[in-house]
Amino acid sequence: MLVRRAERRLALSDDANPDRRLLRPARVLATIGLALGLLLAVLLALYLARNGLRDIRDTFFAWEHLRDSFPSVRKGFWLNIKLFVVAEALVLVWGLVVVLARLAPGKAAAPVRWLAIAYIDVFRGLPAIVTIYLVGFGLPLTGISFFEDLELFWFGVLALTLIYGAYVAEVYRAGIESVHWSQAAAARSLGLSYSQTMRFVVVPQAVRRVIPPLLNDFIGLQKDTALINVLGLLEGFNRARIYAGNNFNLSSVVGLGICFVVITVPMTRLTDYLVKRDQRRLQAVA
Amino acid sequence: MAFLEISAVEKRFGKNLVLQGVDLNVDEHEVVCVIGASGSGKSTLLRCINGLEAVDAGTITVDNRPVLQDDFALNRLRREVGIVFQNFNLFPHMTVLRNVALGPREVLGLPRAEARERATRLLDRIGLADKAGEYPDRLSGGQQQRVAIARALAMQPKLMLLDEITSALDPELVAEVLEIVRELATEGMTMLLATHEMSFARDIATEVCFLDEGSILEQGPPEQIFTEPANPRTAAFLKRIIAAGRL
Repeated sequence: MLVRRAERRLALSDDANPDRRLLRPARVLATIGLALGLLLAVLLALYLARNGLRDIRDTFFAWEHLRDSFPSVRKGFWLNIKLFVVAEALVLVWGLVVVLARLAPGKAAAPVRWLAIAYIDVFRGLPAIVTIYLVGFGLPLTGISFFEDLELFWFGVLALTLIYGAYVAEVYRAGIESVHWSQAAAARSLGLSYSQTMRFVVVPQAVRRVIPPLLNDFIGLQKDTALINVLGLLEGFNRARIYAGNNFNLSSVVGLGICFVVITVPMTRLTDYLVKRDQRRLQAVA
Repeated sequence: MAFLEISAVEKRFGKNLVLQGVDLNVDEHEVVCVIGASGSGKSTLLRCINGLEAVDAGTITVDNRPVLQDDFALNRLRREVGIVFQNFNLFPHMTVLRNVALGPREVLGLPRAEARERATRLLDRIGLADKAGEYPDRLSGGQQQRVAIARALAMQPKLMLLDEITSALDPELVAEVLEIVRELATEGMTMLLATHEMSFARDIATEVCFLDEGSILEQGPPEQIFTEPANPRTAAFLKRIIAAGRL
């Protein structure tokens, strides 16, 4: 009797809240998953503690190697920083030039538009390392005296600017096209020309909107400065690699990795913050 | 010759013939109200006069100059023709003052100080001098629309086109905007209004046209249109408006 009543009550409560009935298997699954995950983690820890933990530590996190390689890595990383700061400044301008060419109005501007589209297609499609290789080793061979005298650093800047200019042009384009046409109509109806409308009304609004995706591309650019090592520039990765090769230990590379993460994380947080702030503002307007 | 002359204007969007042979003249200091249901082509007509849309047939002349789709002619036209939109379309990234000063500064080439002074005077006139430093999203709809009117006036236009400028406003904010339009009318500004505010139209219009499915069915002084419309479709439209309590 008692059992029966209890069963009935259970059935009733289940019926009363169908969500809970659905939730129960999900919760059971989640518990099993969590338990399995913990078990795996414990087993892995045990295994590493018995066998490889020290090897791993000695290969990647050897303190004396981290310490000894750091002056050289730091010197190299400083070059990475210079590379991306200069490249980012150029990319901001170059991307805008490209997108304005891409969106140039009228029949007469068609060749300009095609050129911009071709540029964007090519440099977004090429692997970064291929572009860097072609720019860094190809241009000096062309016999153009300007390129013969150029320092290696500037080939790196040029390659990164070409690569990221294409991405950033597309980011700008998304921003410009997101500005409602009625804004342009209002500006044109005041008598502003197309270029004045872009300059005073459309681009300022577009740039504000694309700051988060722009910062995202800049994070990519910062990391890709390490690819410049193929040109033989003694930037962070090259120096870390040389140390690693000489000492048969990868701690120097880990040290460089830490440097990159340390400068990237604040950038990521800043992007997150800006995106959130934008969303809040949009909600406030709506 | 009338200041604004519209003759046999046609405009199509795809297969849809939005304006089918519109004729309309507006003399200087006249206030002409275009009434008609939504989708009857009122906005399109105003946008064609300003050159924001190109006509497919017919001609429009403003101050004896035809409205052509070339940039030079259009920019000159737009200095003389101000337009105010239903949705204000203020520039959200500029302060109220800069919104108003932008045209004088960049289009008319006034020195910065002079442009700002003109903007300040206009803001003072619409009673929003204290909002000069604010951004548009801090203003109410009615205030934003008043700023939009000031922005158009800052170009010192000879003709103002008002495109349902109170349709997006909360009812209690309509009066403050219409008050400014009324002032403009008494000062003798030539105006062409597309509007749903029938009592206002009746009040300030020198001439009312009823636009229906892209052509003007009836035109005349407000008293005649509103009290004894000749066309049965005008009568039916007004009946619906009266039933909705808008007249």
